[in-house]
Amino acid sequence: MGKIIGWIDDRFPLMKMWNEHLAEYYAPKNFNFWYYFGSLALLVLVIQIVSGIFLAMHYKPDAELAFASVEYIMRDVPYGWLIRYIHSTGATAFFVVVYLHMLRGLMYGSYKKPRELIWLFGMFIYLCLMAEAFMGYLLPWGQMSYWGAQVIISLFGAIPVIGDDLTLWIRGDFVISDATLNRFYSLHIVALPLVLIFLVIAHILALHEVGSNNPDGVEIKKNKDANGIPLDGIPFHPYYTVKDIVGVAVFLFFFATVMFYFPDGGGYLLEHANFVASDPLKTPEHIVPVWYFTPFYAILRAVPDKLLGVGAMGAAIILLFFMPWIDRCKVKSIRYRSIIYKINLGVFIVSFVVLGWLAMQHVTTTITLLSQLFSILYFGFFIVLYITSKNEQTKPVPDRVTE
Amino acid sequence: MKNIILTITLSLFSVTAFAAGGAVHIDSAPIDTSDMESVKRGAKHFVDYCMGCHQAEYMRYNRIARDTGMTEAELRENLIFTTNKKGEPIKVGDLMKSAMTPEYAELAFGTEVPDLTLSARARGADWLYAYLRKFYIDPYRPTGMNNLVFPDVAMPHVLQSLQGTLEPIYKTEMRQGVEVEYVVGLELIKAGSMTTEEYNAFVADLVNFMVYLAEPIQNERKSLGIKVLIFLVVFFVLAYMLKKEYWKDVH
Repeated sequence: MGKIIGWIDDRFPLMKMWNEHLAEYYAPKNFNFWYYFGSLALLVLVIQIVSGIFLAMHYKPDAELAFASVEYIMRDVPYGWLIRYIHSTGATAFFVVVYLHMLRGLMYGSYKKPRELIWLFGMFIYLCLMAEAFMGYLLPWGQMSYWGAQVIISLFGAIPVIGDDLTLWIRGDFVISDATLNRFYSLHIVALPLVLIFLVIAHILALHEVGSNNPDGVEIKKNKDANGIPLDGIPFHPYYTVKDIVGVAVFLFFFATVMFYFPDGGGYLLEHANFVASDPLKTPEHIVPVWYFTPFYAILRAVPDKLLGVGAMGAAIILLFFMPWIDRCKVKSIRYRSIIYKINLGVFIVSFVVLGWLAMQHVTTTITLLSQLFSILYFGFFIVLYITSKNEQTKPVPDRVTE
Repeated sequence: MKNIILTITLSLFSVTAFAAGGAVHIDSAPIDTSDMESVKRGAKHFVDYCMGCHQAEYMRYNRIARDTGMTEAELRENLIFTTNKKGEPIKVGDLMKSAMTPEYAELAFGTEVPDLTLSARARGADWLYAYLRKFYIDPYRPTGMNNLVFPDVAMPHVLQSLQGTLEPIYKTEMRQGVEVEYVVGLELIKAGSMTTEEYNAFVADLVNFMVYLAEPIQNERKSLGIKVLIFLVVFFVLAYMLKKEYWKDVH
């Protein structure tokens, strides 16, 4: 064994990479519950790629055949139903895990110097994931696939001057059609996964360059022993590999529960209208994007003007990119920050969840008013943060991590 | 903080409860998809009464035989009556297409006749159970029948000979200064070949089959699920013990 590794090491940096990223990557020893979601996001990415490969073996990206091929997978392909439910549940799991991972970043200031690039790569991953999910959702070619895509693509039409040409260019046709389905399939299974994988590698490389943050927001590299090893650090492997496996077991338990017992998720994961083949002549009564897009959809609906609404929706995502510069407080962790920050973040989380719920309701005056209120609260988070973070009353940060 | 969240959440939910008031009452369908005898009876009803016009074009006949434990002969005897376009008897592995082409069906009914393979997943079992029991006399409709759950539906009441004829009970009410007449209930005015209980059981079997039809794998899915969950619990215990062992010297 040693001989083989030696042979490889003379030609390829195998042990060097192993050590740099696993056996001698020192992670803070005080990671808590919130630190499971990074490795879980990686797990879900692998689940989606593998299940996606098998789905692509049987799926037909053709407007005439797509819907039937999904039912063929569900009925005639051995364990096709399982692969399909893994993939559809995986899409939801991906967003659950990524949202919790992002929330962890907000709570412990993981986007702050020197980790700005990690955050930016992460945000690009999120953006790419949204595109990936959106294009994947067209593929079953049901009513909600069709009309959801119709609504989202038409948003680009709100852009002045180029809007109409842009939507035409995206669809490849005057309506959503076979051309759209084919290009979305290509982007969904080749282009975006490639980008996603490169971004994930960049995200991890950047992380391993500067080292992990932790719930105390203390830089463990400031306190090293005689050998240059951080006093509060432990090697990622085996400590965090065995710990993350526990997280994987718990995660898979929830995942399997949804997949085997609630694969439709009560109409939120596989929407009822999507069990009807797409029909360009029949608009469903109630078009709603899948739950993970709903907070932004609520912001769009809250603004009476279409262009401004699209702008607000875009801003809601783009503002997150600038978190490292909007938050001017030097203290990273929420543990040592002011009550103002805690309340501000709390209001932000509540707004995000409530907006998500509001978007799923039929439009009434009350719903619109509430959407406007919570959109203001959502954007208010960034404004209040920018103003209050400069001279925030923080608590003293310890030199070393606490238990 | 928690109280604020709770108050906001509760106030939001009350809005929907108010909005939902006044819709047609849809009761829960008394079905059990693990009851294969009921699924088998439902399949027979489906072929006898629905497939004259509707198709289940994503489902194969022999899948029903496999899942309900029918032999091929029984399948031919009970469920396969049609021929293909060339007039040859269709094969047991064929898809459940109707003898009526979708084009002709559209011509006959003036609207597209939906495929029924997935209707239980699109509409829900409770909706189907209510829909098939709530047809009533309405002289203003081309078929002479209307439906409480699906107003102005183009489908005739094909089960009328079994259920009998229902007449609406109207109630007139002043709403915002306008006299509004609406249906509050249905009353049997002419008996069919079945009693109400028999008819309800008939529809329940049919809906049970349609729920099975929409996802034939569902029983296997549930039974595989429990095995996977048990495995994951065992895996969790082992993973947790491994983690404890490794981490005992981390302080």
